[in-house]
Amino acid sequence: MGDMIANELSQAWNEFARALAHLLPRLLAILIIAVVGWVIAYLLKVALRSLLRLVRFDRLSEKAGAAQLLHTAALPSPSELLCRLVFWLAWLGIILAGVSSLGSASVQQHIADFFLFLPRLFASLLIVFLGMLAASFFARAALLAAVNADLPSPHVLSDAVKVVIVVLSISMAFEELGLAQRTVLIAFTIVFGALMLGLAIAFGLGGRDLARQFLERRFSEDRIRRKNEDHLSPL
Amino acid sequence: MADEDILSDELLRQLISVGEVDILVGLHTYNHAKTIGHIVEVIRDGLLKYFPRERVAILNADGGSTDGSPDLVRAASINDVRNSYNFHSLRTLHCISSQYASVPSAGQAMHMVVAAADLLRAKACAVIAPESTEILPEWIDRLLSPIYREHYDFVAPVYRRHRSEGTLVTNLLYPMTRALYGKRIREPRPGEFAFSNDLAGQLVANELWTNDAGRLGPEVCITMESLSDGLRIFQTFLGTKGQVDQQPPDLVAALRQTVGPLFWSMGQTDAAWSVIHEVHPVPTAGPEFEITTDEVSVDRERLRQMFSSGVVDLEPVLKSILSSATLAQLQSAAALEAEKFSYSDELWVKSVYEFAASYHRSVINRDHILQALVPLFRGRAYAYLKENSTASPEGLEERIESLCLTFERFKPYLLGLWTAQERGS
Repeated sequence: MGDMIANELSQAWNEFARALAHLLPRLLAILIIAVVGWVIAYLLKVALRSLLRLVRFDRLSEKAGAAQLLHTAALPSPSELLCRLVFWLAWLGIILAGVSSLGSASVQQHIADFFLFLPRLFASLLIVFLGMLAASFFARAALLAAVNADLPSPHVLSDAVKVVIVVLSISMAFEELGLAQRTVLIAFTIVFGALMLGLAIAFGLGGRDLARQFLERRFSEDRIRRKNEDHLSPL
Repeated sequence: MADEDILSDELLRQLISVGEVDILVGLHTYNHAKTIGHIVEVIRDGLLKYFPRERVAILNADGGSTDGSPDLVRAASINDVRNSYNFHSLRTLHCISSQYASVPSAGQAMHMVVAAADLLRAKACAVIAPESTEILPEWIDRLLSPIYREHYDFVAPVYRRHRSEGTLVTNLLYPMTRALYGKRIREPRPGEFAFSNDLAGQLVANELWTNDAGRLGPEVCITMESLSDGLRIFQTFLGTKGQVDQQPPDLVAALRQTVGPLFWSMGQTDAAWSVIHEVHPVPTAGPEFEITTDEVSVDRERLRQMFSSGVVDLEPVLKSILSSATLAQLQSAAALEAEKFSYSDELWVKSVYEFAASYHRSVINRDHILQALVPLFRGRAYAYLKENSTASPEGLEERIESLCLTFERFKPYLLGLWTAQERGS
C-alpha cells in the first residue's frame, strides 16, 4: 500500500516535472519575446513620434479639429495617441505572434483572426480621422459663408454640417469594422432624416416670419440696395 | 501653365502672322459687349494719335463671351478711324481676339497677354480694364510712353476717387504695399497698367500663374513682382476709375482678388521686403491723389453690425489666426455702441499683419483666413467712413498718410511674426 502511494506520488511528480520542463522553456521564450517585443514597440514609438514631429502632425490635427476634440475628451495629443496605439498594437502583435508559434491550433486561429482584423481597424481609424478633417473644414466654411452673408444663427448651420459629417464618418467606420452594420445604418438614416425634417419644420413653420424676412431680403429690391451699399466699391 | 499651353495654335498662327510689334494693348473680356466697342475705339484713337509710326497690335483675351464681345474687337477697322478723326497710321493696326477658356479667369487672360507680349517682343504692353468707360485716348500715351520712350519697366495708374470709394485700397493695399516695399504705389491693384518687354520676360514663366493668387488677382501679383525686383516704376494719373455697368465684386471676392495675392506675394518675396526700411516716392505724372467729396448714401450702421456679429460668431476661427491680445481688443471694440465705436490704426495694422503671418503659416485653410478678414474690414471701413464723413480731400490724404506711417512703424512687428514662423516656433 505504502509502495503504491509512493509510486503514484513519484509518477505524479515525474509528470509534473516533465510538464514543467516542457512548459518552462515556452514560458521563458514568451517572456523573452515579450521583452524583445517591448523594446521593438518602444523603438517604433520613438521613431514614429520623431516622424510625426517632423511632419508637424499635431499642427495638421489642430487644423483638422481633431486635436480640439481629443482635448475636450481629456485625451492626449493626436500624435501621442497614435504613438501609444502603435506601441500597444506592435507589442501585442509580437507577443501574439510568439504565442502563435508556441500554441495550439485553436489559439493560432484566433490570433490569425486578430491579425486579419488589424487592417480594418486602421481603415476605420483613418475614416474617422478624415471625417473629422472634413467636418472641421466644412463646418468652418459654412460658418464663414453664413457670417459673411449675414445669415441668422450661423453657428446652428455650422454645427449641423459638423454633426452630419461626423455621424456619417462614424457610421462608415463601424461598417468597415463590421460592427452592428444595420443598427448603425438605421441610426444614421433616422438621425439624418430627423435633422432634415426638423430643419424643414423649424424653418417652414416655427420660423415662418424669419423665413419670410429671409426670402424678402434674398430677393427683394431692398437686398439689392443694401448689397450695393455694403460693397462701397472697395476697389 | 507653360507659355505654349496658354497660346493656342490658332492664336500662335495669328501672332506669327503679325510678327514683332513695338506696342501691344491687352484687353480681357467676358460679356462686355456694352462697353468694349467704345473702349476699342478709344484705344485705336490713342494708338494712332500718339504712336502713328510704331508697329501696334490689340489682343483680346476672351473668357467665352456669348454676347459677341470678341467680334466687336475684331471688327476694329483702321479705315473707320482714319475717316472719323483724320488720324493716319503708317502701319497696320492688328486686332486679334482669342478665347483662352470656356470659363472666365483673370489670371489666364493676363497670362495670355503677357505670353503674347513676350512672343511679339513688344517694347511696351498696356492692359486696359474692359469696364473702363471713362477711358480717353490720352490714357494710352500716359501708360505707354514712360515705358516706350523713357524705359521704365512698370507703369501704375492713379485714379480720381470719391472719398467713400476704394476703402480696401486706402486702408490696406496701399499702406501695406508701401510699408513692405518702400514705394508709394497708390494703386497696387491697377485696372490699367503697362509693362516692359523685360518684365514680360520675367513674368511669362512665373509661378504666379499656377496658383489661386495669380489666377484671381494677377494685377496685384504683377505689381508686387515689379516692386520686389527693384524695377523702374512710374505712376501716371488717368482720371476716374471706370466701373459702370459692372457690379463691384462682393467683399469676399474683392479680398480674394487683392489681399490673397498680396499675402501670397509676401511669401514669395520676403527676402526683398524684409530688408527695406525706407519709403521713397515714385515718379508720377499728374497729381498723386485726387479725391472727390460729393454726397453719397452709405449704410454705415450695417457695416458696424456685421463687424460686431462677425467678431462674436467667428471667435473660434479668429482664435487660430490672431494673438489673444489682438482678439481681446477686437472683442472690446465689437461690444462698443455706435457713438463710442473705434477701430484704431494700431489695432487695424496689427490685425492685418497677424492675418498676413497666419496666411503665410497656413494656420488654417488660406481661403478661410481671407474670409475671416472680411468682418474686420467692415469694422475698419465703418470707422474710416465715420471719421472722414466730412473730411476735405487734403484732410483725408493726411489721414491716409497717418495710417501709412502706422503700417511702417509696425513693420518690425510683422518681421517678428514672420521670422518666428521661419524658425518654426
